[in-house]
This record gives sequence, structure tokens and C-alpha cells, in this order.
Amino acid sequence: MIPSEIQRYIEEIKKHALDYGLDFFEVVFEVVDFEEMNMLASYGGFPIRYPHWRFGMEYEKISKSYSYGLHKIYEMVINNDPAYAYLLKGNTDIDQKLVIAHVYGHVDFFKNNLWFSKTNRKMLDEMANHAVRVRRYIDRYGPEEVENFIDVCLSIEDLIDIHSPFIKRRHERKGLLEREDEGERKAISKLRSPNEYLDEYINPEDFIEWQKKKAEEERIRRKRFPEYPERDVLLFLIENAPVEEWQRDILSMIREESYYYAPQIQTKIMNEGWAAYWHSKILTEKVITDREIIDYADHHSGTLATRPGVINPYKLGMELFKDIEDRWNKGKFGREYEECNDIEEKRNWDRKLGLGREKIFEVRKFYNDVTFIDEFLTEDFCREHGLFTYTYNRATGMYEIESRDFKKVKEKLLFLLTNCGRPIIEVVDGNYMNRGELYLIHRHEGVDLKIDWAKDVLNNLSKIWKRPVYLETVVEGKVRVFSADAGAHRK
Amino acid sequence: MVLKIEQDWGRFREIVRGKIKENLRKYIVHSELIGKKGKDIVSIPVPQIEIPRFVHSPQKAGGVGQGKGEEGTPIAIGEGEGESKAGNQPGEHILEVELTLEEMAQILGEELELPNIEPKGKKNIKSFSGRYTDIHTAGPESLRHFKRTFKEALKRQIIMGAYDPENPVITPISEDKRYKAREPVEEPAYNAVVIYIMDVSGSMGSEQKEIVRIESFWIDTWLRYQYKDIETRYIVHDAVAHEVDRDTFFSVKESGGTIISSAYKLCRKVIIDRYPPQEWNIYVFHFSDGDNWSRDDTSECIEILEEFLLPSVNLFCYGQVESPYGSGQFYYDLEDNLGDKENLVLSKIPDKDAIYDSIKQFLGRGR
Repeated sequence: MIPSEIQRYIEEIKKHALDYGLDFFEVVFEVVDFEEMNMLASYGGFPIRYPHWRFGMEYEKISKSYSYGLHKIYEMVINNDPAYAYLLKGNTDIDQKLVIAHVYGHVDFFKNNLWFSKTNRKMLDEMANHAVRVRRYIDRYGPEEVENFIDVCLSIEDLIDIHSPFIKRRHERKGLLEREDEGERKAISKLRSPNEYLDEYINPEDFIEWQKKKAEEERIRRKRFPEYPERDVLLFLIENAPVEEWQRDILSMIREESYYYAPQIQTKIMNEGWAAYWHSKILTEKVITDREIIDYADHHSGTLATRPGVINPYKLGMELFKDIEDRWNKGKFGREYEECNDIEEKRNWDRKLGLGREKIFEVRKFYNDVTFIDEFLTEDFCREHGLFTYTYNRATGMYEIESRDFKKVKEKLLFLLTNCGRPIIEVVDGNYMNRGELYLIHRHEGVDLKIDWAKDVLNNLSKIWKRPVYLETVVEGKVRVFSADAGAHRK
Repeated sequence: MVLKIEQDWGRFREIVRGKIKENLRKYIVHSELIGKKGKDIVSIPVPQIEIPRFVHSPQKAGGVGQGKGEEGTPIAIGEGEGESKAGNQPGEHILEVELTLEEMAQILGEELELPNIEPKGKKNIKSFSGRYTDIHTAGPESLRHFKRTFKEALKRQIIMGAYDPENPVITPISEDKRYKAREPVEEPAYNAVVIYIMDVSGSMGSEQKEIVRIESFWIDTWLRYQYKDIETRYIVHDAVAHEVDRDTFFSVKESGGTIISSAYKLCRKVIIDRYPPQEWNIYVFHFSDGDNWSRDDTSECIEILEEFLLPSVNLFCYGQVESPYGSGQFYYDLEDNLGDKENLVLSKIPDKDAIYDSIKQFLGRGR
């Protein structure tokens, strides 16, 4: 039951949000006490999850942190249709208003951002469904057995291909004969020549050779398993690992949940920035009364506070949205602006285009954090907001500021955001050495893996694959292969 | 809304307890993580259960921050928070887990396989701390035992022929009433005293004292678990010995030379004045860098040990911390002269990591 007062705020703010052009799913608000809030937060926002200690671990952390007054969760909203949003009981009115506006910002983002377009909008039901299935397996196979397996799965839960919902990477499975035919045809493809003597010019020998080589490569590739390197390691395991049916089912649930959460990680900066932008807009322009302004400012500044060394996604995202709005309002973009060398002129540049609002709505639709930063993080912005890169100094054992150079900052930021900041791991061979062993490659992007963990993950993988598992990576500039059972050895 | 977090939470805590056992060693060396809170709650930060994943090495990856500072300025990014903070990945957050001292002592005992102590000087006294297992005919109404009362009433009514099975009404009268009562339990009471002696001569640095502080904390914890009440005394010495309170013991500044016998004499005096050995379980822990003033003094120490201290105490533990200035000779002197004494334990504690083994040596004898 929502207190009538809060219901009034909700209606008021919803109306303003619609006026501004936000477009959201129906939002079901619930007011919960801090214990429920902490529990919901531990469950990733969902009231029902499968039983597992990691939710307890989250709870321990969140509730401790709450009881020591370190932090407080004001609001939580889940991407679902209808969206569910939880408000903390006992918050001040102004907090509730801010949070309600914030929620509408998030739900608008969930609904409209393309990266969310493939997420399951009935995830509330799906999560409950997963819980039922896992409980059934627990009844049948025992809690230890199931928990141990989930532990193993969690260590590989992020080995998915976050772009695969949008790309058709897998080739349709064609009938065997059809594929054989195709292969044959390709192997002997020759251009038609009108005269026999022209043939050696139209189909020169090296061309034929090249074709043969390609055909051979194709044949070899087809023998490979998987045919193309597979980033969706979980999917590969689900389809090919020799596990029990119930284990396969758990793997697929974990994978599904991973895909559900992926866009939230991919758009963290934008999503939080967007919500912060809108709560500040709606509240300051429409909602707050004079006597609430101090409390509002207090809360708002708390949300946007930065600490050295940590990027606050709310702050970065919101400032970037504001920057974009400002630039597009004034026409500070495009060739003419870029090529202008007069600093004074650039600063006072104003073409009075008024395109800002339109632009940010466009941005919230088509971008994710990587493309957002790549396109809109400007040198001016970087300087103005004091961004820097930091690095670990082995001599002092501390992290220290490395550079304020725009290129470096941007590069580092993009690196941290690419693939959700996770290393890219691919299955390249499921029949390594023709012994059914699994060979993975880490696509090294300049940063080494945390090796001790990587070994543990390999171990877990071999528990699922039931055969030796290898990982090829680069350590300190040298290619190395680790395997699950024999430890490290030089290739 | 009914949530099932309790179950997951309980499960997690069970695992964490197991986790602590495995990694106890680490917690002891991470001294700054130990602190007393409230009455006897200690908060030991433990790492969360980390699920290993393929991740970039945080030290190699670095990150992006915001704020002021020149290039090269060190920044505090918090434990493990360097890892892609811009993402949504939970970092390696340190989590505080609260345990009572008793739980900690249990864990310590299990982990170090410490035997329970067999105290000496048994002195049986009756204490009324017993449980309510007895039945009395008088007592406060709040402790009335309903079942027994009605049973008595039933018995009486049957005897008197007043009981009608067709209409089983039982009415207790005051003679029927029975009350729960405590049964006095004979509980042995043991007295125990721990005397800590620390060398605070110039060669003992703050790092050495830190080791002593940590080690004595764990020793205290264990002995308090073994004995209900325990007294502690603190003696510091350089060339002369003083008895001090706990705070002073750990904070006193180092200076001067080292005459160990001064401390042993004072210790002897404390025992004779306050703690007659036949009634008390006495534990003495002496920490020093083993750099005594002279050979003569060392001989005197050995004499005091042999003639008075060792026969009086349950355990005399000498822990030698390593300092860049100390020779560490005292350890060998004790070993050569008194190495065969059962209740003398010698241990070297070169660094914090050795504390674990040292505690095991000290308390592993079950005395």
C-alpha cells in the first residue's frame, strides 16, 4: 500500500515526466522498510531468487554497511514491464520526490535504450521461475550438490558475448549434404572463358591455386570445433559439455540472468546520468518548494559527490548529458566549430540552434557507455572535470595519478568499459589435440589477467568440461598457456 | 512480502566461519584489522568470499579518476576499488564480520589445534548458576510448573476419589503446586593470572611492539576462553622494571639498556605478594629482542627461572622478536641452560607472519 501522500507525489511527478517527453513502462511503486530494501538489493532487485549464499553475502554487506551508517539505499528499480520500484519507508518527502523522478528517468531509459531492447521484460516472472527450478533440483539432488555446481557456474557467469543479441554470429545449420555440395562447388569454381586459349588468362594458375587453398582452409575450418571462435563460452558449454540435464538447465539460467544484467553494466554511466539529469530537471524546475531546496541540494550533491580515484557514474553521466545538451543548443559541434582556432570565439560560440533536448533523447536511445564516451567525451570536458588516469606504482605500493592527457584518459576509460571491463575470452577449440580437451584464448588487449584467479576459473571449467582445459594468454609480454590440472607451463 | 534471505544469509555466515578457519593466518598478521568494539564484540574484517573470474589484473589495469592532484600524486582508491569502477562489477570489498570473543577463541583453538588447559589448584565452590532443572513445593508463581502441578492435583483427586473420568475436571489446590527451581551446580573455580613482560629497551622498535601487541591479544583471547576470570598484569623493563597498566604497556616509549633480571625479580615479587602458586594458574609471557646487558645478568635470570619462576608457573613463554639491533643471544642462553624444562617455551617471532606459529608453540602444550 502506498501512502496517499506519496501517491500524490507519484502522480504529480509522472505528469511532469510525461510533459518533458519521457516515455516509460507503467511503474509499480512499493514502499518498503530498510530491511526489505536491503534484502531486495541483495537479490539484485528481485523479490524471489534461487537459494544461494552469495545473496546472503550481499545482504551481510549491505545490511552491515547500512547499520554502520555508511550508506543507504534510497531507491531501487528493476527493468521489467511493468517496472517495479521500491521506495524506502521513512525517507523525507523531498527524498521521495527526488527518488520518484529518478525512477522515471531509469524506466524511460530501460524502455527506450536500444541495448535493453532484447532484455526479457518479464524478468520478475523469469527469476521466480528460476527459483522454482533450482529448488526442485535441490529437493532432488541435495543442497550441497546444487550449490557446489552453482558456485562453479558463477565463476564463469560473465563469459557471455554481450553483443550477440544484436549480431548473427552463428551460421544456420544447413543439412550435411547441402554443405558438402557447396564445398564441392566452391572448390572447382572457374570463370567461364569464351575460348580455350584465353582460359589460362581468365583463370590463371595461381587463381586456381588460391581457390584450392581457400577450399582446403574451409574444409579444415569445418572440421574445427567450434567452427568460429566462440565468445559465448556459456552457450558453448550448454551445448557441448558432458553434464547432467539439471546442470545444463542451471547453466542456462545463469546465462540468461547474465544477459539480462549485461545492458545495465554496459550503460551504467548513461543510465545513472540520465536518471540524475531528470531528477534534477524535474525537481528544480517543477516540484520543489522553497523550504525544500536545502534538503534537495544536500541529497543531490551527495548523489553526485566524487572522490579522488573513483569515477561517479551519476556525476560523469549527468555532466556529459548536460554538456551535450549545451553543445547542441549552441551548435558547438561539426566541422566549422572543430576547425575554429580562436579560443575566445569557441567559448562564446552560440548558433542558437536549440537542438539540445532532441539530441540527448537521441543519445539515450542509440548509445551505450562505450560509444557515449567515445563520441561525446571532449578534451574541454575532461579538463574541466579534472579526469585523470591512475596506475599502480610497484615501488610505493600505491596507486598514483598517471596522466591528465585527454587521449590517455579516454583510452583508459574506453578500455575499462569495453566488454563491461571484462577480458575477452573465446573458445577456439573444443577438441584440442584431438583429445576432446578445451582450448580458450584470452584476446589480450594490453592488460594481463589476474593469473591466480584465472587458474581457479580454469579449474572450475574443467569440472564442467570434465577434460583438461587450456587458456592461452599473455603474461608480461610472453604468450603462455595455462591448463587446469597441470598448472602453468611455457609453451 | 516474504523474503528468503535469512536462509542464504545463514548459509553465507556458515561458510565464512569456515573461511576464517582456512585463512586465520592472514587475519592475525593483518593487525590493524583487529579492534575491540562494544563490550566483547570484536570486529574482524574478512574478505568477502571471492568468486574467481577472468578479470584484468587490477594493478596492471589502473583506472580513471576525478579530482585534483599533480601527476604522480598517490591516491587512495580503496581496497580493490581500482577495478573498473565505471562498470557495475562488485569490487573486492572488505567485509567486517562480527564474532564474539568466545567464537574467535573457538576458531583459534580449532585452527591451531590447541588442547584445552588442565588447570591446577582445584578449589570447588558451589555456585547457583545452575539451570532450572529441579522441582520445589514452594516458589514464585511465575515459576509454577503447570504440568507437574496438575499431575499432583490429579493424583490427589484420584486418591480422594474425586476424579470423574466422564467429566475430567482437575482443580489444583495450593498443596498441589510445584515450582521450577534451580539446582545448585558444583563448579570448579580456577584462578588464573597472566603476566606479560616486555622489553622496552632502545633496541625494541615500534614494529616489534606491534608484534607483541597482536600476540598478546590472541593469547588473552585464548586464556580468557579457557578460564572464566582471568587477571592480567603488565611489566615493562629496560634497565629497571616497572609494573604498568595495559595502556602504558603498549604505549610506553622505548629507551635505555636491557637488564632482564630486573623484570624477573619484579615478576617474582608480584607472584609472591599476590598470587600464591598453589592457588593460581600462572602464565608468564616475556617478549624481548634477546639482547641482554651482560652474561652475569643472564646467569641471574636463569637462576631465578630455575629456582622460583619455573616451579611456580604453569607456563613460562619467552618470545623473541627480531630487531635490527638485538643479538638474540638470550634465546640461546635459555635454550642451552633450561631447554629441558617442560613448562618453558621458547619461540622466535621474526615477523608478523610468525605470530601464528608462535601462538601455537606457546599454547600448544595444554598447560
